[in-house]
Amino acid sequence: MSNAVLVIGGGIAGIQASLDLANRGTKVYLIESLPSIGGRMAQLDKTFPTLDCSICILAPKMIECFRHPNISLLTYSEVKEVKGDAGNFTIRILRKPRYVDSEKCTGCSTCMEKCPAKVPSEFDMGLGTRKAIYMPFKQAVPLIATIDPEHCLYFTKGICKVCQKLCPSSAVNFEQKPEEKVVNVSSIILATGFDIFNPSVMSEYGYGKYRNVILSMEFERIINASGPTGGHLVRPSDGKEPKRIVFVQCVGSRSQRGELPYCSSVCCVYATKESILIKEHLPHTEVYILYIDLRAIGKGFQEFVDKAKKEYGVKYVKAHPGGITEDPITKDLQIYYEDIPTGEMKKLTADMVVLCPALIPKEDNKKIAEIMGLELDEYGFFKSKDELTAPVDTNVPGIYICGYCQSPKDIPESVAQASGAAARAAETIMCVTKEAGS
Amino acid sequence: MKESKEIRIGVFVCYCGVNIGGVVDVPEVVEYAKTLPDVTYAEGNLYMCSSEGLSKIKEAIKKYQLNRVVVASCTPRTHEPLFRSACEEAGLNKYLFHMANIREHCSWVHPKEPKKATEKAKEMVRMAVAKAALLEPQTEPEIDVQPSALVIGGGVTGMTAALSLANQKFTVYLVEKENKLGGKLKELYRLYPSDNYASEILEEFVQAVRSNANIKVYTSSTVKHSEGFIGNFKVTINHEGEEETLDVGTIIVATGADVLKPQGMYGYGQSKNIVTQLELEQLVKEKKLERPKNVVMIQCVGAREEKEGGRNYCSRICCAVAVKNALQIKELFPEAEVSILYRDMQTYGKDFEEHYRRAREGFIQFIRYDVENSPEVLIQPDGKLTVKVHDILINATLELNADLVVLSTPLIQREEAKELSKILKVPLGSDGFFFEAHVKLRPVDFATDGIYLCGTAHSPKTIAESVAQAYAAASRAGIPMALRRVRTEAITAFVNEDLCTGCGTCINLCPYNAIQKDDRGVAKVNDVLCKGCGVCAASCPERAINMRHFSDAQVLAEATATLGGT
Repeated sequence: MSNAVLVIGGGIAGIQASLDLANRGTKVYLIESLPSIGGRMAQLDKTFPTLDCSICILAPKMIECFRHPNISLLTYSEVKEVKGDAGNFTIRILRKPRYVDSEKCTGCSTCMEKCPAKVPSEFDMGLGTRKAIYMPFKQAVPLIATIDPEHCLYFTKGICKVCQKLCPSSAVNFEQKPEEKVVNVSSIILATGFDIFNPSVMSEYGYGKYRNVILSMEFERIINASGPTGGHLVRPSDGKEPKRIVFVQCVGSRSQRGELPYCSSVCCVYATKESILIKEHLPHTEVYILYIDLRAIGKGFQEFVDKAKKEYGVKYVKAHPGGITEDPITKDLQIYYEDIPTGEMKKLTADMVVLCPALIPKEDNKKIAEIMGLELDEYGFFKSKDELTAPVDTNVPGIYICGYCQSPKDIPESVAQASGAAARAAETIMCVTKEAGS
Repeated sequence: MKESKEIRIGVFVCYCGVNIGGVVDVPEVVEYAKTLPDVTYAEGNLYMCSSEGLSKIKEAIKKYQLNRVVVASCTPRTHEPLFRSACEEAGLNKYLFHMANIREHCSWVHPKEPKKATEKAKEMVRMAVAKAALLEPQTEPEIDVQPSALVIGGGVTGMTAALSLANQKFTVYLVEKENKLGGKLKELYRLYPSDNYASEILEEFVQAVRSNANIKVYTSSTVKHSEGFIGNFKVTINHEGEEETLDVGTIIVATGADVLKPQGMYGYGQSKNIVTQLELEQLVKEKKLERPKNVVMIQCVGAREEKEGGRNYCSRICCAVAVKNALQIKELFPEAEVSILYRDMQTYGKDFEEHYRRAREGFIQFIRYDVENSPEVLIQPDGKLTVKVHDILINATLELNADLVVLSTPLIQREEAKELSKILKVPLGSDGFFFEAHVKLRPVDFATDGIYLCGTAHSPKTIAESVAQAYAAASRAGIPMALRRVRTEAITAFVNEDLCTGCGTCINLCPYNAIQKDDRGVAKVNDVLCKGCGVCAASCPERAINMRHFSDAQVLAEATATLGGT
């Protein structure tokens, strides 16, 4: 029997669930597969509709997790096996080697400065670079370097070791091996978040072919002060400030032809936010949003859209986009679309196009579902026990779900569900664990 | 740590990446800080809030025996707790910490004037140092928390919250104003996405609540009065005409919402065949719906536009409700023609979008109109209805015959919410709904400790979303109750008894009812109730009231430093 809880996923949902439980005195193991917690929210520049700086409101919570006496943070780790039932799960966890001693590393980043191997930064959506020894972003928690063996010259070619030579605390250890940790918990909370649909399979949009066609998450990194352009809004092809930017909604979502049929729920409003950010950076840049239905469904969202229209002059166009072409010399783009009110084919010229792609469940959900005996829906989201009355419960008692991995939702909904999953885990401790143990 | 008399201030200046460092010359500010009186140590750091930055503060406190700390970085709203606990971990009372916000108040607003911004940052650091020198240690009183909760509202949201708290082994008082539990669920027929009957689900909830020994249900009851504070609220309810006072540690507001009655819009009230979606559900439920031939539904009635009697927000659920009811009418009366007149279909997420597609395939007609050219409902002399609408998808004006017009109106805050907001001293937003502590990260907390909200009292939402929020509120309320104690505000007012004349000005002005006269006629502040707002201190004619952590001397020192004095 155990009174502890395992939380899988260190994004805002997993963080919130962990803090709620830890703050009431419950022991929490928070597992994250990447080197740092923070998740998708850490990549965002601002949040809608309040335009709060995303990392600024998230970072204090990340650090609270790190410092909390009731939370064991297991980053760069994966669940390998789950046995047992509600009240008494035994979980085998694999801790991947960082090749850096986490006790010794101070996060000084000397190693990163001198490492010769440059790698596209996943955190910056591949727009900037990191080194083979790296910390994913400045506010990473824990602030410990990790060596990526796929790109490290020592691991690939047997040479270099410059990081080991330079590390002032002798933290680099190329001999580090994977470790296993076994924990016993009362319940499990899944908060694995989402991935981003890759629209390069939809050739009509030219993503991956035309450099000035970017994804909304790439835009978040470009507009962010700590992103690859230092927050200067410039287009990738020539570094010039764009004069006109067009957003395309529902790229791969609400699709009738084989991509994803569902609505991702957040794109209309984040595109509105990104438009406002453009207008604040470059007031003379024109912004168009091509949409099918404008879904501003949350608290204060419609008001936010009204503000974008009236105060910032963002232009919303009801449209079915057809395709994008590029001028091979200027790299300017033409967007062809069906204007919904007139039914006419029209075109817009733009310096830059931002695609708002479908947000999709994590590929890993399948593996987790198999390990834990959970049901997934047809898209790979974790299935609720009852969509109406038990949204955070699953088909397995003692295993709860929250955030985007359950269904499309925004940050406040994810936070609410995370607290909700924490309440269910607390109930399990009181009802199953305590009663069985007494 | 030994308290030395000498003031030893450490100043830590943050680059915040390029947020501050890209505008303000941080090394210059650091060098300047070193020249200020009482400053023993100063340094800059790329991110003061990173684990590394915090370690630097802790190390410096020990190494240089600092007894005051100033961080010049971002807003204390998000980061003060972090820096304060770093100080505590190094053995320094956390109230010996002070912050200068050189990001929001400086670099972000002066990005084009780096020289002037650097000068301003220096001035702000000078002010912070001047105040820090006068800071004193404070203590936060610890109070006991009763393991019992009051849940206001006996709908599906309130019942879920009550059940969760009861399962966490807390005592719950569930107060419902009507004579039956169930709220709006009582009025609904079948539910998304399972097509379950609302009455069956309701029955399960009511059974669970009624049979739970930890829940005491008060129907036909309303909240009349509330006093106290987190851990120890005394709430007076009127239960079937009799008053009863409940002692609770926490309060959850789950009072739900009403549906807008669209008086004066689209002929509502002028024909019995013009109804709201909720009225349609009741007709179907009570099997009173006469076989309709043509049904026309109009979306966004009194919503998403500035209109007399309407609301400018999107009510989130109405499009899905219309699709559900349209499919239901088709199921009951397959030959009926159903049209939905919409502006944007708000069928977000997985299931609603799927239902919307099914409805399109199931011969429901969707007609899109523009807000500038809204539909009109015409009532013929013989009572027949015609709906005139300009369909922007085919660019033509249509005249639809209708024997039933269904108006989709938004969920709105209940009239009684205003009174409850006054009784509990919790705010309502500009949309009328209860206003949470932080839109993004504290969706079910009120700014007032110990009071939480969930469901449609917060904003329009579905049953599943309300249930999730209800669990969330039960988690948040469960935290102080599980710990059985909580720390409260240290920054409170205190009275200089020698100066107080007992005039009572402060008592009348205090928004928290935290001040009373003692038996000598001198004002006395209740530290637990006081939120440190400072209204009393500002209004005391004798200047007998002072604020901890914001004393006159401290504020004056900051002001003097602004003007160049040190």
